[in-house]
Amino acid sequence: MSDPQITPELVEKHNLTKDEYAKILSILGREPTYTELGVFSVMWSEHCSYKNTRPLLKTLPTKSPRILVGAGEENAGIVDIGGGLAIAFKIESHNHPSAVEPFQGAATGVGGIIRDIFTMGARPVCSVDSLRFGPIGPEEAGPGPANNRRLFAGVVSGIAHYGNCFGIPTIAGEVYFDKSYEGNPLVNAFCLGVLRHEQIARGAAKGAGNPVFYVGPPTGRDGLAGAAFASRDLTEESSGQQRGAVQVGDPFMEKLVCEACLELLATDAVAGIQDMGAAGLTCSTCETAARAGTGIEIELALVPQRVPGMTPYEIMLSESQERMLIIVRAGREAEVKRIFDKWDLPSARIGQVTDTGRMIVKHNGRVVADIPAKKLADEAPVYHREAREPSYLQAVRAFSVLPPAGDPVQELRRLLAWPTIASKNWVYRQYDHMVRDGSALCPGSDAAVIRIKADSLPETGDAAVGEKYLALSVDCNGTYVYLDPYEGAKIAVAEAARNLACSGATPLGATDNLNFANPHNPELFWQLQESVRGLADACRALDAPITGGNCSLYNQSPNGPIDPTPTVALVGLIEKPEHITTQWFKDEGDAIILLGEPMDLADPLRGMGGSAWLQCLHGLKTGTPPRCDLEGERRLHTTLRGLIYCGLIRSAHDCSEGGLAVALAESCISRQIARDTPRLIGAQVDLTFALAKDTRIDALLFGESQGRIVISVAPADVVKVVERSKIMGVSAVRIGTVGGVELAVKLGAVEAKWPVSDLHDLWWNAIARAMSA
Amino acid sequence: MNFAVLQFPASNCDQDALHAVKGVLGQSARFVWHKENSLAGFDAVIIPGGFSYGDYLRTGAIARYSPIMQAVRDFAAQGGPVLGICNGFQILCEAGMLPGALVRNRSLQFRCEHVFLKTAAPDTPFTGKIAAGKILRIPIAHGEGCYFADEAALENLQNNGQILWQYCDAQGELTERANPNGSLRNIAGVCNAARNVAGLMPHPERASEAILGSADGLLIFQSLLAWFENRMAKAA
Repeated sequence: MSDPQITPELVEKHNLTKDEYAKILSILGREPTYTELGVFSVMWSEHCSYKNTRPLLKTLPTKSPRILVGAGEENAGIVDIGGGLAIAFKIESHNHPSAVEPFQGAATGVGGIIRDIFTMGARPVCSVDSLRFGPIGPEEAGPGPANNRRLFAGVVSGIAHYGNCFGIPTIAGEVYFDKSYEGNPLVNAFCLGVLRHEQIARGAAKGAGNPVFYVGPPTGRDGLAGAAFASRDLTEESSGQQRGAVQVGDPFMEKLVCEACLELLATDAVAGIQDMGAAGLTCSTCETAARAGTGIEIELALVPQRVPGMTPYEIMLSESQERMLIIVRAGREAEVKRIFDKWDLPSARIGQVTDTGRMIVKHNGRVVADIPAKKLADEAPVYHREAREPSYLQAVRAFSVLPPAGDPVQELRRLLAWPTIASKNWVYRQYDHMVRDGSALCPGSDAAVIRIKADSLPETGDAAVGEKYLALSVDCNGTYVYLDPYEGAKIAVAEAARNLACSGATPLGATDNLNFANPHNPELFWQLQESVRGLADACRALDAPITGGNCSLYNQSPNGPIDPTPTVALVGLIEKPEHITTQWFKDEGDAIILLGEPMDLADPLRGMGGSAWLQCLHGLKTGTPPRCDLEGERRLHTTLRGLIYCGLIRSAHDCSEGGLAVALAESCISRQIARDTPRLIGAQVDLTFALAKDTRIDALLFGESQGRIVISVAPADVVKVVERSKIMGVSAVRIGTVGGVELAVKLGAVEAKWPVSDLHDLWWNAIARAMSA
Repeated sequence: MNFAVLQFPASNCDQDALHAVKGVLGQSARFVWHKENSLAGFDAVIIPGGFSYGDYLRTGAIARYSPIMQAVRDFAAQGGPVLGICNGFQILCEAGMLPGALVRNRSLQFRCEHVFLKTAAPDTPFTGKIAAGKILRIPIAHGEGCYFADEAALENLQNNGQILWQYCDAQGELTERANPNGSLRNIAGVCNAARNVAGLMPHPERASEAILGSADGLLIFQSLLAWFENRMAKAA
């Protein structure tokens, strides 16, 4: 079969511009072959090259004394957690594949990020997912919600399928439902692994003459050019035409490949290792050579293939899953074979490292690609896109009159049943969130907590390891970011950090997933630019350097662009198990204290701009969102951690969507003992003190002013806690007492009451009800 | 006491089981790869949870053919205790070493949550240390945990005291709502007629330390240890 002729149309079909093609001509000094055109096309896609975002990403804080491998150096960043141990973690999107084929799209998203982690030499020990879909109802009728439910159910079962079989606890996450994600759901998967400092593996093809091995299942035609697919807008035709770009995952294979690779890495026979993720064999060969400053030469006929007659183009661009490229120290080949045979996995020597600096690909002896590896991997074009403030923001800022107040009793009931706020137990009960014996705090509190112990490490030996505890939280309120990208992005980081503080943790680092729409649109690029500025400021202020991440652009469907969504996952350290703190009230008689100002009086909308209250009860997505005072947040988190270390805190829960009322309700109803067995407890609260002359009761209840945490303490400790907070410069006011079977809130002459069993039923069962509609 | 923890391709609760008996209970334990064919020197065998062979064909259907399973049969035939947890329970049923079968959860979804268990038979190596009337709180995590056997077999199990654990509510009642997967007679675990081979869907190894929210599962491993020490004492 002869290759197609390189024509301007073919170049355009590969998503390469005229200028980019000219650059290819100058790099090669000749016209590319068909295979080379494909190789450049995927390597220079946004997904692999970050060509539209690199200048922005450089502004993020990426340094701290704890960081051992920094952002962009390798497949994932690595952070020191003390005692000779380190963690590797990263978040990555699989949005486009999940829009077309939700089950496999999400499953392979989980598989891809797990590979990124064990590629670093770390044992994957937990995963986290951040998901967004269009509204699932129950109110909305029509094809939209039905399709959103299909996508939601498919994505959740795909994540469950892959993670459960692999044996990794999916321990935390978030799910939002909003019209802007209809047709373009977001699936961001995070994985964290543990290793010793000396076990860090590198994705570098070191040592000319070293053999290059392919391990894992054979290459097929699935996932052809998925990276390029992910770097385009979704269209009406996407689902039909691009299903072939979605990979098919096999978690069983991944588990075997992971165990075999960790076993092999322990032998010291490995000079370099890299997974074949986006852009498959192409990316892994040229990146490993580029990192080491070497060259690489492979023979495609030696690559295990699932079907006969695959072309070089197909083999190079296939994104078949669960495959790894391993550079073995010359003379140690037998060890590779022994270990991969033990796990019944294919392995094949497909080439060797050279000192030419070139990536040479042969097919039955014929050279089909010959490219300078460094120029391909590192010299992708970089674009400084035009940015312009979107015009819709004028109307957002002009919004100043809130809809009339309603009945707070009914309003809280509706907010708790709003799927974005409602309990996500329908989701996490499908995930194995306890495997590996480390889930010290399961999903359902502000942050999840895992225990690191000896068998969290790659080797399963007997060496003693001091136990450590890590807290994880992933956050982003896309509505805030849409209404004010800078403040919204700051809030995403601040909320994740607040969640960590509520669980007793100090941030170690962050990983971000920038989900945005088409960067060629200046208004949409402005959202991206402002969001990155917000992330950078917040990560700097809250000591959470970015250790790596992922950009997913072109998230728009025929319905329009998604809300800009810079998802942020934070990982924090808890030194002692007794510091692990949960969000639910504990005992009758405990005092409830509000840390932080009850309301941001400088905000004309009193925290109601962009609030769940406006969206859920009034169908309005507008108004300037709450402001984020980073200094104040930092003080608040430090104060709370100090109180936790002193053993003074019984529970801590931050105020986010739905405001103080939802935070209080969740503190009463979120503890689950076992199946069908919640542990409910009431609370008597008086907020009269916070009612200024011009404040509305509903703004105090449902406004989303930032920097507030509801804590409970033993009655004898109230004075101590309030005094210490004030010394630290944090407002602290006793607002009530835990106990009874009702949540009762007094606001001047008004008193609102809710039976906690009613609130629990609305909140706990809302998503299950919507899904069975 | 020396425990063997079997490892099949894609066993994934193997380390957890080892941690419970070795790290928490302080006994000796080691992994035994499924291609091995001897269990010499071991006092008990744990077949851990996971997705052996990726659950291809049927849960446990391929693992039963692994070389080690012949050694497990011989070990059990000589009276050695064998405990199958989750996928291990499924493998023991597929291997015909335990009666019944585990089929898809009635919800058609995977379920991971804590459940309450009532211990129905105290006189086995797996239940001896569980106090009468004690309700265990232990998590489940499975997609195929619905216990099924025909009516005659169920009667037989009941009459012989082979039903070891049943799903119940906090008060110990065997209600439909407390049953997480549709298991007949709320069965969570059974043993063979000789009472030395047992399987259960819940994960006692995930409930063996206070830091994990419950230490009730440890009672099952402690029962095994007490049974073994008792046997040693008698033999001496």
